[in-house]
Amino acid sequence: MGNTKDNQGALWEVFVQKKPGQPFVHCGNLHAYDKEMALQNARDLYTRRNEGTALWVVPTDAIVSSSPEDIGPFFEPANDKVYRHPTFYILPEEIKHM
Amino acid sequence: MTSKEALFKYLLRLGDTSLILAQRNAEWCGHGPFLEEDLALTNISLDLLGQSNALLTYAAQVEDKGRKEDDLAFHRTEREYYNTLITEQSNGDYGKTILRQFFCDAFNFYLFSELTKSKDQTIAAIAAKSIKEITYHLRHSSTWVERLGDGTEESHSRMQDALNELYRFTGEMFEMNEVDQILIKEGIAVDLNNIKVDWDKKIVEVLNAASLKTSANTFMQRGSRDGIHTENLGYILAEMQSLPRSMPEAKW
Repeated sequence: MGNTKDNQGALWEVFVQKKPGQPFVHCGNLHAYDKEMALQNARDLYTRRNEGTALWVVPTDAIVSSSPEDIGPFFEPANDKVYRHPTFYILPEEIKHM
Repeated sequence: MTSKEALFKYLLRLGDTSLILAQRNAEWCGHGPFLEEDLALTNISLDLLGQSNALLTYAAQVEDKGRKEDDLAFHRTEREYYNTLITEQSNGDYGKTILRQFFCDAFNFYLFSELTKSKDQTIAAIAAKSIKEITYHLRHSSTWVERLGDGTEESHSRMQDALNELYRFTGEMFEMNEVDQILIKEGIAVDLNNIKVDWDKKIVEVLNAASLKTSANTFMQRGSRDGIHTENLGYILAEMQSLPRSMPEAKW
């Protein structure tokens, strides 16, 4: 096996949910040949120390990503729009994870 | 044989089987086919070692002669070991390792499911903890058997070779002796004839999906119930026991 040809299977991105109701958070990636293997590998690699209670695996190819050049037009216009932050509302204490 | 002696031997049988399979799988550590699978098999090895630790700790308590789990693991010889023959078979290629694991996982799945109902509370508790691990092991190994058996021409032929070599060691997993008779009567042990029905069904289902065939009239090897083993076990114990035997006081 050389460095030129990777035969460890496709890349998958792994998302872990810590507790029910919380968002799935990206935690890394792995190699696998099929969906079931990807899910099992995610379990073995990323949840062996109690990191979560649910998993998503997504083929890396299926993820559409913004590029570094997009930072200006995509994100900077939001810098001076404080009125978009819900800081003017008082949230009831029962609401979690906002 | 008293029921205490029977319980001790039964626990050695269960604990040794987990221990030797854990040791065999640990040989793959750092040599797996790729990183993810290397870690998966090492996880499984550690699960098995944990199960063995619990079972041998209890065995030492039952024996009540001042020995501890480490004395049982590291200071018994081949003829005093009762692990099933299949667990000590060589790793071979990854297909053979996975098929060996699958046969053992399927057996452990049905055995430990039943042991959760054992009248011996310690065994029931160990089984309740272990069955979750074993359920995952079975899912892992059975999907790999299907993937490799039904994969490429080469992976299929390697799996078929592994099956031809390993199937003859599956018969004695279900063998029962005086130990079982005594403990079944007390509601502690499981009647392995019942397990065999479920095991056969599972094996047929997965081997069919994997396009693998067992040959009819396989002559089944036996011996582990009497402490008689294949030549493999001596080498395993030599490696596993060399450190604690040469340096009995060694600590992590």
